[in-house]
Amino acid sequence: MTVRLTLREHEYDVRAGMTVRDAILHVGLQPESVLATREGELITEDEILREGEKIKLVAVISGGVKR
Amino acid sequence: MRQHKLALCREHYLEWIPEQTERFIEKYQMFQRGDRILVAVSGGKDSLSLWDVLHRLGYEADGLYIGLGIDGGVGYSAESQRKAESFAAEHGLRLIVVDVAEVEGATIPEAANLTRRGKDKPCSVCGLTKRHVMNRVARDSGYDVLATGHNLDDEAAVLFGNTLSWSVGYLARQGPVLEASARGLARKVKPFCRFYERETAAYALLRPIDYIYDECPHAVGAKSIHYKEVLNRMEAERPGLKLSFYLSFLEAKAQGILPSSSQTGSADLHPCETCGQPTSAPGQCAFCRTWDQVRARRAPMAESAARR
Repeated sequence: MTVRLTLREHEYDVRAGMTVRDAILHVGLQPESVLATREGELITEDEILREGEKIKLVAVISGGVKR
Repeated sequence: MRQHKLALCREHYLEWIPEQTERFIEKYQMFQRGDRILVAVSGGKDSLSLWDVLHRLGYEADGLYIGLGIDGGVGYSAESQRKAESFAAEHGLRLIVVDVAEVEGATIPEAANLTRRGKDKPCSVCGLTKRHVMNRVARDSGYDVLATGHNLDDEAAVLFGNTLSWSVGYLARQGPVLEASARGLARKVKPFCRFYERETAAYALLRPIDYIYDECPHAVGAKSIHYKEVLNRMEAERPGLKLSFYLSFLEAKAQGILPSSSQTGSADLHPCETCGQPTSAPGQCAFCRTWDQVRARRAPMAESAARR
């Protein structure tokens, strides 16, 4: 099972058990450039991702986040 | 918040941001209780969060929204205006709306297409117009200070760009406060200048504030965004780097490593012969020159369309 991260129209699958920060780095994004939310709630970088869940990333840089 | 070695729950985070904002307002002597503050509001996370915080702290703060007429396929300006108006209505705050097309005769993208200044990108015409309108409203309506939602990432990116090109004049003017000039420049302050961009975004999400998530379609590929990304890569390796970069700059500036504004020529201002706002060269200011050009080029096009 994987965890799905979404950032605007982009989707990324990562392994469950990683921290939010590691998952963001793993898919090639900068942790400083996004915030992670789970079911509309802000979560911290050290949260462990659980199997099957969907994490919505919110871009914080004006003008979007470049991969 | 790795840069502050601090972790806060939602409740304490929502207290921490206003407390820190108050601290910065006092530290940099931005304004006092009773001053009339005009907040430049774009409908985005930073400006709406700033307006929210100033209101919660009990300051007398009105908003100014400038309608730029940018669509970009997403109705960008219309949506951002709606967010600003909804926020004002929900909080019982006064929002002044200036529609550029109504006042000047063209939207920003139209004006950019008609001028050399905006030939490749409308951002230059947009920035020029926003600065002019903000100053005009602040001055004509008797506000003591104009507050903008610039955050640390904005400031660090500008500082980075100006350092790469050693733009000493711009460096000399950068800071949390830009003093008013006797010749008609309003006092400008940036109460969020020490907050990371992700901190203001987190505040907007947690409060929650309904802000426009899509950024200006013309901002994509901007140099300032590239600088932000570069700084963020360094920040990931060295938490606190952006804050240290900005604060060290302010400290060095306070110690006099940069020339004063009189030495860089920025104190040598003249009133524009058309609008009266200060300009660095005698004659018309860049705003009046640009918009006169837009109207002159637009008139024959409008006549030709009417004949058809």
